[in-house]
Amino acid sequence: MVTLNKESMSIIREIDVIPFRNRLKEIAVRVGMSLVNQTKIITAASELARNMLKYAGGGIATIEVVTKGRENGIRLIFKDQGPGIPDIKEAMKDGYSTGKSLGLGLPGTKRLVSEFNIESTVGVGTVVTVTKWKHG
Amino acid sequence: MEKIPILRMGDLLLVTIQVDLYDRLAEALEADLVQMIKKTGAHGVLIDISAVSIIDSFMGRIIGNIATMSKVLDAETVVVGMQPAVAITLVELGLPLEGVLCALNVERGMDLLKTKIALKENGLATDPDGDIE
Repeated sequence: MVTLNKESMSIIREIDVIPFRNRLKEIAVRVGMSLVNQTKIITAASELARNMLKYAGGGIATIEVVTKGRENGIRLIFKDQGPGIPDIKEAMKDGYSTGKSLGLGLPGTKRLVSEFNIESTVGVGTVVTVTKWKHG
Repeated sequence: MEKIPILRMGDLLLVTIQVDLYDRLAEALEADLVQMIKKTGAHGVLIDISAVSIIDSFMGRIIGNIATMSKVLDAETVVVGMQPAVAITLVELGLPLEGVLCALNVERGMDLLKTKIALKENGLATDPDGDIE
């Protein structure tokens, strides 16, 4: 996977999610994603940004335009310095939630993207990386 | 702060969401709408989301809440105009908006609301699925 372009935004307040979503939309259009795939990645980004705000008090979101072979796509990296997730396997289960949400966040988000990776260390923070291919 | 306007039309409330929702705005709408139902005694709420391009789990939950809260206050809610891409995304996310009445467009949504309200006024019972018994 080769990164063609990269930009980061810090997400500290709920209102920061809007310009982030708008920027992601612009980039998704530029990559040539279908409307359905645009909607999926922006929704996934919205979920992950909310998680970062809710559980870690914010963090850094990075949007990358990536290419692999003949396929283009977008990779998003959400990095926070929050408390970390003690049991990732548990957090990835449908219906699991420590907050007051429906617990759709992580597993639901995973279904919306092509690739999903989460790394978390308790006391250090969490990094969630998702990739959506143009035709994925 | 921005506010989503709620219009009154007879005994219906009309909400057209023209901006992309974020959490606090959606929560404010929920609170305003419930207040308005109480104040006006409205029997129906029509929410037009045709301009909304993103609905994630939080906003989906707010829409579900609005439908449930209005029902408790004796008003029916119909959500109209969902974009196909939003529908696909919501279902894949795992949020099929169960218990929320939907219609393709405002016109059909109005018809659905009027039918629902008329049935209720005529004393015909409806079961929780909304089917006529």
